[in-house]
Amino acid sequence: MFSIVQSMWLVFLHMFHKRETIQYPEEKVKLPARWRGRIVLTRDPDKGERCVGCYLCAAACPVDCISLQATEDENGRRYPEFFRINFSRCIFCGYCEEACPTYAIQLIPDFEMGEYNRQNLVYEKKDLLIDGEGKYPGYNYYKVAGMAIGGKDKGEAENEEPPVDIKSLVP
Amino acid sequence: MSDAINPWLIIGGVLAGLLTVAPGLIWLERRLLALWQDRYGPNRAGPFGVLIVLADTIKLFFKEDWIPPFADKAVFVIAPAIVAITVLMSFVIVPFAPGVIVVDLNIGILFFLAMSSMGAYSIILGGWASNNKYALLGAMRGAAQLISYEVFMGLSLMGVVLLSGSFSLQDIVNSQKGMWYVIPQFIGFVTFLIAGIAETHRLPFDIPEAESELIAGFHSEYSGMKFGLFFVGEYLGITLISALVVCLFFGGWLGPDFLPPLVWFVLKTFVFIGLFILLRASMPRPRYDQLMEFGWKIILPITLLNLIVTATIVLIQSGARMNIKF
Repeated sequence: MFSIVQSMWLVFLHMFHKRETIQYPEEKVKLPARWRGRIVLTRDPDKGERCVGCYLCAAACPVDCISLQATEDENGRRYPEFFRINFSRCIFCGYCEEACPTYAIQLIPDFEMGEYNRQNLVYEKKDLLIDGEGKYPGYNYYKVAGMAIGGKDKGEAENEEPPVDIKSLVP
Repeated sequence: MSDAINPWLIIGGVLAGLLTVAPGLIWLERRLLALWQDRYGPNRAGPFGVLIVLADTIKLFFKEDWIPPFADKAVFVIAPAIVAITVLMSFVIVPFAPGVIVVDLNIGILFFLAMSSMGAYSIILGGWASNNKYALLGAMRGAAQLISYEVFMGLSLMGVVLLSGSFSLQDIVNSQKGMWYVIPQFIGFVTFLIAGIAETHRLPFDIPEAESELIAGFHSEYSGMKFGLFFVGEYLGITLISALVVCLFFGGWLGPDFLPPLVWFVLKTFVFIGLFILLRASMPRPRYDQLMEFGWKIILPITLLNLIVTATIVLIQSGARMNIKF
């Protein structure tokens, strides 16, 4: 009998506790930095697109919501001609981010993507591309890759030794 | 406050008051439950979210008022009306302030007991007419619970009746001018409160509904305004039991002069309504047989003992007054 009164009293004291509720539209949810929300395409520090159109994200996507077409610019630099994510299919699993070899595709802590029209959930490249570098500041794929593109020849990348002269006998 | 108030005015006022309070309690309960569960509860529509009541009512009105084809139609329709009518009838004998009472019956408490027993029919008939096994299980539990609790509900009040020497609630309140009956009749108060909770089948004694076991118990098949009527009946029942506890044990409208009697009555009643809601927030539901066992084996003997002791004391006192040697 005493325990009943005690539990009633303890519940009563909850009146003075802090509320757990987050008054959502006015008060925003505090999301962790690794929250998997809206997908963005990031740029490298020189404002060039990071995406090289390797299709690995589209291959990794379990619901096939990513579609893209790779192309090349005059410098031999690959980029996607179009990049389309259907967010009405996307399950925000983050596999595309894991698959991406150039840190281009990233999931950010934003979930407020509600639309009245389902078609509006299909995001094109201009909707996906952001100006920043996302989670990996300073990373520039073409600066560290061994591939030759216009303006950067073989051996000119960071930490890259010049190509071996196969005609020479010097080790 | 005089006796000259037009009875129709009182009837209208009581009806209007109660039918405002009953839906208002839905809001109050949700807010208080939220408060005790570290939430806010409905706080968007209108000031403090009171307009949620309006939204709920509109929603209930627009729900399909469906009678299952396998149900016993006439009884199915009558059952929810019974609960509302019997509880409203019980309010006839509740004195809200001196003179503000619909009828000052000299058998007031008996009338209330009779009406609350009639209320059990709504559960039993509703569950039976639904022709659904869960509804029937709920109704059966309701019947068993009400039988076991009706017994000591009446007995627990007899102490008060002995002390005041009247069944009329107005006389009972008036005789508490010296001391509230909660002090000499504390056991009576506790047992009546327990019986009252069981009577209104509120948590922890909501065995007939038991949504985690029986879907919704006796009103599983009800929808729309018929369900709404059961709901209103339940909230009116809470108000009734709280009002009666206040009248019988906490001096009704009596209180210091700085507030009018009606305000005292309403304040005290709402304290007990809050207690009902607190019980819901804090208590687990006992098993069906535990509840019956608790009623018959513990509360009933305690009530009888209380009655015997009170009767003895009253007898000795009156004997002393009349100089009778035992």
